[in-house]
Amino acid sequence: MILAVLQLLAFLALPPLLLGVIGRVKARVAGRVGPPLLQPWRDLRRLAGKGAVFSRTTTWVFRAGPVVGLAAVLAAGLLVPMGAPSSALSFAGDFALLAGLLGLARFVSVTAALDTGSSFEGMGAAREVTFAALAEPALFLGFLSLVRSTGGLDLSHLLGDGLAAAWQSDGPALLLVALSIFVVALAENARLPVDDPSTHLELTMVHEVMVLDHSGPDLALIQYGAALKLYLFGALVVKLALGARFADPAAAFVAFLCGQLLFAAGIGVVESTMARLRLSRVPQLLVGASVLSGFALVLLLR
Amino acid sequence: MTTPMTGWTDLFFLLVLVLDLFVLASSRLRAGIRAVAAQGALLAVLPVVLAGEATETRHVAVLVAGALLVKGVGIPWLLARATRESKISREAAPLLGFVPTLVLGALGIVLAVWFAADLPLPVPGKHPLLVPTSLGTVWCGLLLIMTRRKAVGQVLGFLVLENGVFVLGLLLSDFMPAMVEVGVLLDLFAAVFVMGLVMFDIQRAFSSLDTENLASLRD
Amino acid sequence: MSLLLVIAAAGLATSSGAWALALRRRPALGQRLATATLVLGAALGVAGALLALAGQGAAWSAAWPTPRGSLSLRLDALSAIFLLPVLGLPALASIYGLGYWPQAARGAASIRLQLAFGLVTGAMALVCVADNAVLFLVAWEVMALAGFLLVFTEHEKPEVQRAAFVYLASAHAGNLALFALFALLGRLAGSFEFAAMAGLDGGGPLAGWVFALALFGFGLKAGLVPLHFWLPGAHAAAPSHVSALLSGVLLKTGIYGILRVTGFFQQVPAAWGAALLLAGAASAVLGVAFALAQHDVKRLLAYHSVENLGIIAMGAGLALLGRSSGNPALVVLGFSGAALHVVNHAAFKGLLFLGAGAVDHATGTRELDHLGGLARAMPFTAAFFLVGAAAISGLPPLNGFASEWLVFLASFHAILGHGAAATPLAGLAAPTLALVGGLAAACFAKVFGTVFLGQPRSPAAGRGHEASPAMLAPMGVLAVACAVIGLLPAAWLPGLVRAAVAWSGLPGPLLAGPAAEAARGAWKVSLVAAALLLGVALLAGWRRLRLGRSQPAAPTWGCGFARPSPRMQYTGSSFAEQLVLRFGWVFFPRTRVEPPTGLFPRRAAFGSHLPDTILDLGILPALGSAVRVTDRLRAQFGGRVQSKVFLVLVGVLGLLAWLALGGPG
Repeated sequence: MILAVLQLLAFLALPPLLLGVIGRVKARVAGRVGPPLLQPWRDLRRLAGKGAVFSRTTTWVFRAGPVVGLAAVLAAGLLVPMGAPSSALSFAGDFALLAGLLGLARFVSVTAALDTGSSFEGMGAAREVTFAALAEPALFLGFLSLVRSTGGLDLSHLLGDGLAAAWQSDGPALLLVALSIFVVALAENARLPVDDPSTHLELTMVHEVMVLDHSGPDLALIQYGAALKLYLFGALVVKLALGARFADPAAAFVAFLCGQLLFAAGIGVVESTMARLRLSRVPQLLVGASVLSGFALVLLLR
Repeated sequence: MTTPMTGWTDLFFLLVLVLDLFVLASSRLRAGIRAVAAQGALLAVLPVVLAGEATETRHVAVLVAGALLVKGVGIPWLLARATRESKISREAAPLLGFVPTLVLGALGIVLAVWFAADLPLPVPGKHPLLVPTSLGTVWCGLLLIMTRRKAVGQVLGFLVLENGVFVLGLLLSDFMPAMVEVGVLLDLFAAVFVMGLVMFDIQRAFSSLDTENLASLRD
Repeated sequence: MSLLLVIAAAGLATSSGAWALALRRRPALGQRLATATLVLGAALGVAGALLALAGQGAAWSAAWPTPRGSLSLRLDALSAIFLLPVLGLPALASIYGLGYWPQAARGAASIRLQLAFGLVTGAMALVCVADNAVLFLVAWEVMALAGFLLVFTEHEKPEVQRAAFVYLASAHAGNLALFALFALLGRLAGSFEFAAMAGLDGGGPLAGWVFALALFGFGLKAGLVPLHFWLPGAHAAAPSHVSALLSGVLLKTGIYGILRVTGFFQQVPAAWGAALLLAGAASAVLGVAFALAQHDVKRLLAYHSVENLGIIAMGAGLALLGRSSGNPALVVLGFSGAALHVVNHAAFKGLLFLGAGAVDHATGTRELDHLGGLARAMPFTAAFFLVGAAAISGLPPLNGFASEWLVFLASFHAILGHGAAATPLAGLAAPTLALVGGLAAACFAKVFGTVFLGQPRSPAAGRGHEASPAMLAPMGVLAVACAVIGLLPAAWLPGLVRAAVAWSGLPGPLLAGPAAEAARGAWKVSLVAAALLLGVALLAGWRRLRLGRSQPAAPTWGCGFARPSPRMQYTGSSFAEQLVLRFGWVFFPRTRVEPPTGLFPRRAAFGSHLPDTILDLGILPALGSAVRVTDRLRAQFGGRVQSKVFLVLVGVLGLLAWLALGGPG
């Protein structure tokens, strides 16, 4: 019970820290000191205290985007086990709702971007929906493989108890699934090699260009939501990799948090060592992820 | 499915297959060459992994050393040199897009995994992924040869194909010892030799390695 | 009682158009009375259907002096589910018609439309409750012909003529298959009463033919790929409230037919479920892919009907696979998903067509890339359309998600393989559905963004105005329906499970376990939806506190470019281009490019059009060459009696030879 509350509190508090870790790792690899780990929190506070300017083209759709988007990601947090043995709300087929809520968040951010009438934001929105549509089958093939391997239908089982036996018997297949979900996580969170979060050239951006016209508290909501989403995907990857290795719930919780930090550090390393893929090559990567998890599924069904 | 014992040897076969897909999807020739080299090296070690089932250790050692030398080091080096010297652009312009070939390759592998169990094979009791890996790799090699425009890409395809044949050879190595390897390695040499000549000739005639140019010979 | 209500509804609906004819000198009154009659009938019928869903089915029979025919009617839970949209949506659409298609302004065409509108509604209701093959076929034929008259409403336009005749030809090809289907069924069962057909054995070769004919005949009506070719043209050509009826309801009769016929059989071969699942998957993926490439709003929505009917067929296919593999979870979840999607699709597709009609009405164009910025001029239409767009994309907390979630769950159960062997093919429904959902979200982001957001791309779009209350009210009702079903999906499950029992013939207790699991999940979906709404309310309040009322306004950030024009906005075509490129293997777009040339190019142009691969590149050229061949034959033999008799003789001899060599057996 305490852990169940704790995991939700951690979900609210820790995500910006992941961004801080990524930034710090990238800076260290490049030989710089880097910003303090809590910088993302300070950025959010600064943005939340500012006023906002709105384009004269926009309507209520633009204003609803950040609010609904963040609420959807927060609601998704109820469905993912994040350290505790079970998620806050667990039921058969909850991963479909998870994907649906993330889809809702994406849909509102895309419509908000289109509301500005800016061709750059339209471009970013088009890329976002394209990549998301291609990433979706990879995610579901991964879930299918996990269902097949663990014999459960809810995330708390798929990423919890069920994994102990599954890693024993189907290790290689699960490895493929983990790799595939990691690629999906990179794409969904607009990280390299799909999107470069630190670029400032509008023509090449995906997620960042969609939020060009948001400012002040709205931008704070968006950035906080992005951090939460990263934490959610991190939870999927970390729980999958950890399996059911720690019997003691408290130890498992600590191990999970360490895993999240490692996940962030891993992204930092990927971002330091890889260049952004050409946009026309991104679908290849995402179809490749689908192929990997589909292949895992075939192995499990054999 | 499999017992924990074979669980991690599975990984070897999976890596070989994943490398197949990587070669199909990679747009850079250099990356493709590297992947084929890695695949060759993996395959060279494979007999050791399966050694529990093999009978002659000396035979295995020879096989490993030979294969590692040829597949992992020699041929990739030759290819890399060829690309460098002939100043081929680094992009692997395909006839069919990368995503369709990737999907086709994956489909072939899936079918191989699915139906390999039903094939009537002379040697039972080998690792269950051996035959699917071999068939899938051969399929990917054929795909590469069919869809790549540049001669280097086709040579890569040929190498992948040979890797597939090599895996199949492992299946038979117990009761047809030296014959298989000799055949395979000889094949390979001949292949690279011929392809090298072809590449050289195409290059000399058209000062480019685009085999599409050969079509203009007909008119 | 329940059946009586439905009969009254069918009667009132059928006769509603008579008001328009009788009061043609006072058209406004005539249309109001016709609409009122239809709405009254629908209210009665929906009440009857709800009673039947609650377990109060009924049957009634009377003699009918037709060979093998009888006036047998039966209302069970399966019929009831289809009756809800079949009666509900036409009533709302006819209210919409008061504002959109006023009889006073349209004249004779409107009287014909009103007559056919009532007729098609009554015929569809009869199709859903007919319990005799002859009665079913008669109702079906009336429905098809009335549908043709509806498509043909604006018959002065050439594209309407073409679409209507393609529709008529394909409808009759389908009817032909249905005649053969029911003849076979009658032979198998020894009677043309549906009651006598229950419990047939699905194993024999004749049963296989029955299923193949059903898949063709009903699949043609439902618009499953590759039999969808008539659909986009016909639905785009009709007036919008008619399109809502055609797309939202009429297609569903095809699904009803498939379900009814497969319900006759005791055991079904696995191949049936597999075939239906594959046809559904192909329809879903290709339907949404074609929709992405469209730039006419109504054609785009019509292709989305292909997609959604595909999703329904996938659910039904999963349920069939569950029956053949003895997996009750698959049966109840697949069937419930399909049946709920039947209702849901009627709600959101009706809403979207009505919204598209309002846009067409206000601006005079359906061309996506000429629209834009309408959310300012038409705020209510925009809000309702957004609800429909999110619902059709399968986004929670709306109804599209609820039914797709059930199909997802069925697919995951299939891969789990509790008890029986896993059915891997069924597992593939989940990634397919995920892909389709992602593509649909992309497509509706494109539609909503290009039509309602940004700035007007043409003067016509700038003149847009809000729709009249008569048009807004039905849209509002449908939007509320989308939200209510989505927020409380569990409330529908008992009725759906009752229908699943009626359809599959499996004992209720066997289905109760998975049904209870789904219900638990559905309540938790509602809980998460409530959390989502609470989160939205809290965050919106926080934001309001932070920002206050006065908000400075500025132009959109143009990335340094000072004078952007509305024509420079991203268009619908460019928005979808990356995804459309992925489907190059089924698309053969015709493009016209005039590249800019020289140093100071005066003019450059680009145009593209996507023909339907099946109709424009397959069937029409094939029919064209067939006509050419027969023309040549006629020129050879034409005119002379002798040569005609010679042809007849050759034909008869050929038939005799075929019989002599073994014949059909």
